[in-house]
Amino acid sequence: MNKLKIFGMGILISLFLSITSNADTIKIGTEGAYPPWNSKDASGNLIGFEVELANELCAIMKAECTIVEQDWDGMIPALLMRKFDAIMAGMSITAERQKTITFSQGYADEVASLAVMKGSSLEGMDTPEGINLTLGGGDVKKALKTLTGALAGKTVCVQTATIHQNFLDSGDVGKVNVRTYKTQDEVNLDLASGRCDAALAAAVAFTDYAEKSGKPVVLVGPTFSGGAFGNGVGVGIRQGGDDAIGKRDAKLLKDFNKAIDKARKQGIISKLAIKHFGFDASM
Amino acid sequence: MDFDLMINSIPKLLDAALITLKLLSASLLFGLFVGLFFAILRMNKNIFINKFAYGYSYVFRGTPLLVQIFIIYFGLGQIEYLRSSFLWVILKEPYWCAIIAFTLNTGAYTSEILRSAFQTIKPGLIEAGKSLGISNKIIFYKIQIPIAIRQSLPAYGNEIILMMKGTSLASTVTLMDITGVAKYIISTTFKPIEVFIVAGGIYLFMTFLIHNLIKYLEKKYSFQ
Repeated sequence: MNKLKIFGMGILISLFLSITSNADTIKIGTEGAYPPWNSKDASGNLIGFEVELANELCAIMKAECTIVEQDWDGMIPALLMRKFDAIMAGMSITAERQKTITFSQGYADEVASLAVMKGSSLEGMDTPEGINLTLGGGDVKKALKTLTGALAGKTVCVQTATIHQNFLDSGDVGKVNVRTYKTQDEVNLDLASGRCDAALAAAVAFTDYAEKSGKPVVLVGPTFSGGAFGNGVGVGIRQGGDDAIGKRDAKLLKDFNKAIDKARKQGIISKLAIKHFGFDASM
Repeated sequence: MDFDLMINSIPKLLDAALITLKLLSASLLFGLFVGLFFAILRMNKNIFINKFAYGYSYVFRGTPLLVQIFIIYFGLGQIEYLRSSFLWVILKEPYWCAIIAFTLNTGAYTSEILRSAFQTIKPGLIEAGKSLGISNKIIFYKIQIPIAIRQSLPAYGNEIILMMKGTSLASTVTLMDITGVAKYIISTTFKPIEVFIVAGGIYLFMTFLIHNLIKYLEKKYSFQ
């Protein structure tokens, strides 16, 4: 009986310690399934641009960090429930998300694009190379009109809770048949199987998949930025408040902003971006 | 707690409940036939037929439903040969993939439920039929099947409820059932607790209806 009591106490104490002992380390949440932003190697370790950048930023802040994995569709809820303190998961800064959380300044940016399988009827659309929805103008309107016509009645696949889903839901390209998936991997699988007529995601997500799988995935139409696509990718942090945790969050935001400034000046972000994206996606 | 969000999500989730009910009723209907078919095979004296039926129920009861859906939806979609065959018309649609997976799963459980129900029928009842000169076929349809159905009602009621909850996995293959729509609402509001409470409430209400329906049928067809 006594042994049982000691055993029980031991479990309780260790549980308590595991909750409280890490009060000073910064926990950073990432998805681990969106290469080249973040992904996992064969043995399950988190790798990618943001994992390396997170370590660099933490070194600049002289803070101890742990990077934890979280499914994309639960990313913001998990941040709000304090499972971690910051998000670095290729998450674009959008007005929609800023209603709920706050972002550091952007550290990298890249464009979104539609992808199809080679031989699709959607190939060869007559649109400009890239459109910025924030700037607008005649070219953008014309391109959106071309896309609306081409995508009418087509099934377009996206990862759930992404800027890409928001864009298709916004009605800018009319009423398309949107299918949402839990991960980008699943989007890629169904694009390759032919269940999706097209898919929308970060352009690099498709080129990365095409390269690794050898499947004939090609980008079509213009590249997208601005508007529903947000203003670059930043660190997601809880909105600060007056209590102790709120103050800590507000300080964390300042620290991240400073660290990003420094890393940018030292060329760390550009260097990492070129290494992982093949071009300088830093901002 | 955001009560406005909870109230606003009710109509959307109720709409989605229709998809859930469609998936459930289609797979239960097909599953009942599959289950009855394999239950009869299980009682066959030929060892190969018997083992085949046993193997089917062993595999589908021994693997998670989620894995079965993934194999049928994402797995079969990888096979080039299937994609160019006429089967692709059906397998292309997530809706039919889900129904196929649910049917095969519930069919396996139903075959076990029916088999045990058949085996509990007292031999005396069948012998009584035979002594009255009733043909084997009529004994099967008029004596064995009605008794077996009555015997299996409680267990089958459980299976219906399990299957109803199982349909929530349809959302993993892009279907917008209750869980799918709940996830969609969460993807724009970032408030999982409120939305999942409402979704859970709807599932609970459906369980309540199924439970009472089965109870009513049990009473109606009781032997007393």
